[in-house]
Amino acid sequence: MKYASFAKTSGLAALLSVAIAPQASAVTLEELAKRLDTLEAKNQLLQQENSALREFVQQTDKKADAAVSASEALADNSSIQKLADWADKTTIGGYGELHYNNLSGKGGEDDKDAIDFHRFVLFFGHEFNDDIRFFSELELEHSIAGDGKDGEVELEQAYIDFDLNDQHTARAGLFLLPVGIINETHEPPTFYGTERNPVEKNIIPATWWAAGAGSQGELGAGFSYAAYVHSGLNLNIDDKFSIRDGRQKVSKAKANDLAATARLKYTGIAGLELSVSAQHQQDMGQGLVAGLGSGNLIETHAIWSTGPFTLKALYAAWDIDVSAVKTADPLKAEGTDKQRGFYLEPSYKISEQFGVFARFNQWDNKAGSNSGLAADSEKEQWDIGVNYWPHEDVVIKADYQYQSNDNGKDLNGLNIGLGYQF
Amino acid sequence: MKALLLIISLLCLQTAFAKGVYQTPESFLKSNFNDQVPVSKTIWLNKERKQVISDILQHTPRFIRVKYWQQGEKTAWILHEVGKEKPITVGIIIENSSIKKLKVLEFRESRGWEVKHEFFTHQFNELMLTPEQMLNGTVDGISGATLSVRALKKMARISLYLEQQL
Repeated sequence: MKYASFAKTSGLAALLSVAIAPQASAVTLEELAKRLDTLEAKNQLLQQENSALREFVQQTDKKADAAVSASEALADNSSIQKLADWADKTTIGGYGELHYNNLSGKGGEDDKDAIDFHRFVLFFGHEFNDDIRFFSELELEHSIAGDGKDGEVELEQAYIDFDLNDQHTARAGLFLLPVGIINETHEPPTFYGTERNPVEKNIIPATWWAAGAGSQGELGAGFSYAAYVHSGLNLNIDDKFSIRDGRQKVSKAKANDLAATARLKYTGIAGLELSVSAQHQQDMGQGLVAGLGSGNLIETHAIWSTGPFTLKALYAAWDIDVSAVKTADPLKAEGTDKQRGFYLEPSYKISEQFGVFARFNQWDNKAGSNSGLAADSEKEQWDIGVNYWPHEDVVIKADYQYQSNDNGKDLNGLNIGLGYQF
Repeated sequence: MKALLLIISLLCLQTAFAKGVYQTPESFLKSNFNDQVPVSKTIWLNKERKQVISDILQHTPRFIRVKYWQQGEKTAWILHEVGKEKPITVGIIIENSSIKKLKVLEFRESRGWEVKHEFFTHQFNELMLTPEQMLNGTVDGISGATLSVRALKKMARISLYLEQQL
């Protein structure tokens, strides 16, 4: 140690004598030696600290390795991994609506004072891969289903989508038909009015689903399409060929005669939607009603939103060949060859949370005649009300309905609703 | 049947697209900074920012920091928010506290793809944030794309809010 110190001192002295001779006289060799000793001590301290740091880094590395190993072990755990994969590819959603109706009957119509959890719906979806998806909608209507109960359990959607490419998707299974405004999108926070509008309910008839296959997608320039071949309606003469009562709901549905539906939609301008749908069914009675022929539906609607103002307008009309039936049973078939309706709905959003609306609905399920049982069959209903959204997915509704039906049987009064979606 | 197959084949050939990547974030940044993309910076969500963003999203944010790129008064933001089921990725350029550009970079949902169109996104240009953290102008929605429209509005508000925080 002493030899090393002496060598350093001597070496430094020689160096200083050559390089900084002018200053050498100001610093003595002893002072330089002291400074070197100090530096050496500091160096040793640094080396110790460095050693400690190395050890600390090694420990940290070990901890990191252990953490990575633990996370890898976690990832390797097949059950957890499967659960994570499933959760990532599976979606659950739903909506529901509770209604209170306080309606007074007039002209022989019964009062309606009822509180009803009208719809409780759960969605389940699963993505098999990037191009193949499953979607379903299971609905409980009117709270309780079963023998003698008011409600129903309904499978309204259960289909698989196959992406053909980025712009076209093939669909097969049980799905909602592409007709009207609320048939495909009917979560309560998305529309005004406690009850769904009577035109789409009685003429289209929403909610309308069928089993079949087809394709939907984008055509460019703001145009999109949907086209399906699917199970058809089964109109019954005892129901006076009511379109709504002709829904088979894909429950052991008669499939003697299929139907085809196509829609062309334009959404190429912000705030504007223009749509036209058409459906054809060769035999509206599935071959079970003698003389009942083909049926064609045309539906068109427009939605125009600018700022807080929105206007919706919809027209739908059926043309059904009942001529042969009219000959055999003119009373029941009277006027049912034409079934049509329209509505206009202006609305205004006062704020993000409040909106007001008015709607005029007119529809007639026996518009083909105004005599016999088809006399005074046209119905009219005004609705005016408010929606309040305390959250964007929760809505409270209140509206007043006023009917002016040609047959004088009206149902007027207040509707209040609570709805949600998630 | 042959006619149906022919129609489907023709549809598959046309070039418009709905679901997919329209522009990568890198390309978006390059095109908006003339190929001179500044180094990214990070803004962290403190308690107050997290609360404001939660109020905008109507749910707790799934991120704790946000990357951004700044060059003078101009900032760029790449944000993600779920529309109905899948996240939508947007790029937003802000200058002098107003949106200069909002572009959908990637759309993964099977519905609501109309929001990708220029006719829709250009409505965000020049919009600013009010003291109540709302956009100071209206954005007309698209029927059937409500949730996608909502997601884009939220991302616009978040980017404007975070830009105010710099």
